[in-house]
Formats: sequence, C-alpha cells, structure tokens
Amino acid sequence: MKTRRLVTSILLHAVLLLGAFSALLPFFWMVITSLKVPEQMFVMPPQWLPEPVTFRNYEQLFTYIPFARQFFNTLFVTVTIVAGQLLFSSMGAYAFARLKFPGREPLFLLFLATLMVPSVVTLIPAFILVREFGWINTYMAIIGPYFLGSAFATFLLRQFMLTIPEELEEAAKIDGAGHFTIFRAVILPLVKPALAVVGVFSFIYFWNDFLWPLVVINSEAMKVLTVGIATLASSHYGTDWGVLMAGSVLTVLPLVIVFFLAQRQIVEGIATTGLKG
Amino acid sequence: MSVAVATSISPPRRLSLAMRRDWLPALVFLLPNLVSIGLFTLIPVVAGFFLSFTSWDMLSDPQWIGLDNYVRMLSDRQFWNSLGNTLVYTLIVIPGGLALSLLLALALNSKIKGTAIYQAIFFLPYVSSTVAIALVWKWIYHPDYGVLNSILGFFGIAGVDWLTNRGTALGSVAVVQIWQTAGYNMVLFLAGLRAIPKEYYEAAKLDGSTPFQTFWSITVPLLMPTIFFVTTTSIIASFQVFNLIYVMTSGGPGTSTKVYVYYLWESGFSFFKMGYASALAYVLFVIILAVTLLQVRFLGRNRAMGA
Repeated sequence: MKTRRLVTSILLHAVLLLGAFSALLPFFWMVITSLKVPEQMFVMPPQWLPEPVTFRNYEQLFTYIPFARQFFNTLFVTVTIVAGQLLFSSMGAYAFARLKFPGREPLFLLFLATLMVPSVVTLIPAFILVREFGWINTYMAIIGPYFLGSAFATFLLRQFMLTIPEELEEAAKIDGAGHFTIFRAVILPLVKPALAVVGVFSFIYFWNDFLWPLVVINSEAMKVLTVGIATLASSHYGTDWGVLMAGSVLTVLPLVIVFFLAQRQIVEGIATTGLKG
Repeated sequence: MSVAVATSISPPRRLSLAMRRDWLPALVFLLPNLVSIGLFTLIPVVAGFFLSFTSWDMLSDPQWIGLDNYVRMLSDRQFWNSLGNTLVYTLIVIPGGLALSLLLALALNSKIKGTAIYQAIFFLPYVSSTVAIALVWKWIYHPDYGVLNSILGFFGIAGVDWLTNRGTALGSVAVVQIWQTAGYNMVLFLAGLRAIPKEYYEAAKLDGSTPFQTFWSITVPLLMPTIFFVTTTSIIASFQVFNLIYVMTSGGPGTSTKVYVYYLWESGFSFFKMGYASALAYVLFVIILAVTLLQVRFLGRNRAMGA
C-alpha cells in the first residue's frame, strides 16, 4: 500500500514537472534567443545559454520598427479601453441590477444574445463603419468600438451586483441619495473584486488583440505591438530571429507582470465565470 | 429591504410608478452601453446580413446579387478547402486539448505540493499574446536550427520541415493551440473536479474499486457538464483560429493550412470581395450559433453564458 502511494506520487510529480517544463520551455527559449549573437543562433545543436550575452537584438528592434511608439500605442489604447469598459459597463450593470424600467428583461436578453455573435461576423460591417467615421489609422479606430462598454463586462458586473444585499443601500436612500450617489458611493466600492477580474481580463484581451487592429491600422506609427511584430516577421527581417524574439519578449512581458500581480483574480475569475456562479 | 418588499407586494399601480420614476436614470446609465453594442454589434450583424447578398469591392457602389454569394460558395474549392482544414484542425485540438488539460487537472487535484505554482506556470501560455507565442513556436519548429528537430536528433530521429510540409503544417499549428489553452481548460476542469462530493470516492474505495474504475464510473460521468462546456468552447475557438495561422504559415504550404477565418480575411481585405466575405462570415455564424445553442440547451442559459 505504501509503495503504491509512493509510485502514484512520483508519477503525479513526473506528469506535472513534464507539463511545467513544456509550458516554460518556449518562454525560456524566447528569452535566450533574444540575448544571443547571430553566430550562436544558427548552430546545431542549439546552445542553451547565450555566450556572450548581447543586447544587440533589442537595439536593432528599436531601429527596424518604431517599437517605442508601438509599445506606447498598445499601452494607451489598452488602458483607455479598460478604463472605459469598467466605468460604462458598471453603469449599465447597475441599471440592470437595481433600476426598474419597462423592457428591462428583453433588453438584458438582447445583451446576452450579442455574446453569441463571434467577432468575425461584425468584422466587415464594423470596418466599413469605422472607415465612414474617418477613424482608419487613428486611436479611435481601436478604442471607439470598445470604449463605451461591452455586453460581457456588463453581464458579469450585473451578476456580481445582484449578490449585493439591497439593505446596504438603505441608509443612503433614507438620506435621500439619488441613483448616481448610490452607484458611486455604495455600489462601486462593493464591486471592486468584480471590477478587478473584468479589468484584468480586458487588459489581457485587448493587449493581445490582433485581427481588428490589423484591419483598421496600416501606418507603422499607429500599429499596436501584436501587429507590429507580425509585420516585422513577414518583412525581410523575418529571419532575424534574435530581433523577433526580443520583440516577443517585450510584448509578453507586461502581460506576465499583470498576470503575476493578479493571478488570484484570474484563476478565480475563470473558475467562477466559466462554470459555477 | 423595506423598499424591495413594498414594491413586490404593493398593487401594480405603485410598481408602474417606480418604473416611471426609474426609466430616466436607467436610460442615462445604459446609454453608453447601448451606443457601443448598438453601433458596433447590432447594426453590424444586420448590415453584414444584407452585405452578404451584394457584390462590393468598396470602390464602386454595392450591387445586389441575391443569393449568388451563397450559391458560389457551393462550387468554391477554396471555401470547401478552408472549411475542411478548419474541421481537421478542430478534430486535432479537441481530443488533444481535452486529454492534456484533464490529465493536468487530475494531477493537481490530488493534493500535491506546489499546486499554486504549477497552476501559474500552466496558465502562463494562455495570458501571453498569441502573436508572440506563434513567433516563438515558428522558431522552435525551424527545420535547420529549431529546438524541436535538435531534441529529436538527440534521440536519433530525423528532423522534419514542420511548417513547410503539407502533411505536418496544420497539426504543428494545432499543437501550439493545445499548448496555449491547456492551462485555461485545466482551471475549468479543476473547478469541476473539486465540485464532485468526496463521499462518492469514499464509497468507491469501500467497494474496492480500482482508481481506473473510479475514474470511469465516478469522475467522468460527474464531470460531464465541464467536459461538454470545455469541448464546445474549444470548438468555437478552433473554428475561429486566425492569429496562429497568420504568423506561422500564412495559410501555406499551398493552401494546406488556409483555415476558414484566414480565407474570410483574405477575401475581404486582400481581394476586397466584401460581399462574399460577409456571406462567409454568416455561414460561420450559423455553424458557431448551432454549437452555442447546443451548449445552452444542455447546460442551461446561465452556465453556457459563463455565469
């Protein structure tokens, strides 16, 4: 019995270690390659450690494409979208969770129904609309469609608000507070955990978004990182793996930081939004 | 509480008063959302439907051509090719992804040390940007200097041109999707496993059933809703694969990895066949909607919607 438990334990650890190794190896290889000189990159068998360590690839990256600008673009549009979604979707969520108005249920169902629409379906008409607005190659093209909230964020926040007991608003109501005061002073502080989850997920989603910015932006200076490094990879620098890996490292790094800061929210968010609730 | 009770037990006249009082703030609170969803989801869904009955190159005015786009699809070899590639891709991703994520979840569920660290590591690929991931894997798959062929060489196995070989390209990309989403699915499975009452396992142990029997007669049946949820969401995601293909193969070699959304994007934004691309989008919409409705049917609205 004891030996069987030992064998099981060893087997479990082997599975997990192998999994962890496979999950991390590409990241390791990305960082290592980005620090190598070309002579060390194109050799067989591959060298596991860079020698000498060089930052040449990072320097090259900033001269091949306007990388600093693209990094700023990505940060700017992502943060703006996240801020907009948190504010406007929590407002919408408040209306669905606390206000009584005619047509509330059908409207909520309509919001839910839009979650079933894959983004590819709206891609072409939304592109035409954005072009009509004259937004092509501007920040508005990327921010505009998402800034005023999304059905998903509104839905999640509404679900969370419904779990807040209404008694907590009673005192404010007796004091004669209006809906705006109740929303700002009572509800918003209480939904902070849900805001964190929605914020982190939106940040990751919009930082990584590719197809939409690919379609609405074509000038180098306005590109976001995902499109920037994909363009670099399909240019004549496409075989300069050190530079491509340097670009990948810097694209992934902010996400890794956000992930480690908000790991608990992410895992709990998925476990609850994915199935339970 | 008193207000809530008052509205629910008072006569309808009072209720309509509350409704009349609330509609203006409701409108103000909802207006931003309504603009966003109306302008960038609802109108495009309707507009896309009408566009799919037109021929439009974005230079001249759109021409109404009725069902021609849909009829043309039937004899469009590229359409069937992309649909077939997408299907094959999905058929690789689903079983591979399910098995891997379930295996990891089972291993983590056994009260092992360092669960949180493992969970974080497995999850890292999922939060990383697909474009960067695709580039790294393209480098790993490199026929001459890639790590993969080097490792295989170590075991005396000859290298393969993973991404430039018709036989391996689609599968190689599918492996990256499995790798990237395993951690996400694992978290879902872990939540599902933890929801199974311990008593069932204790009862099985008393009956002297082997771990293998326990797995098939207790874990799998009770995990069915999670398995179903993970399967359907993975199907929906696989049917929309684009980023990995764009970066790793651009649909090649030949058209062997040209998947549905890649063909759609190419039709619309390389060949400016906006009407045809809209028709392609609507066919995909119907396919995905069918899977979604299946999910709603079996799991109930709230679960399928992710609540």
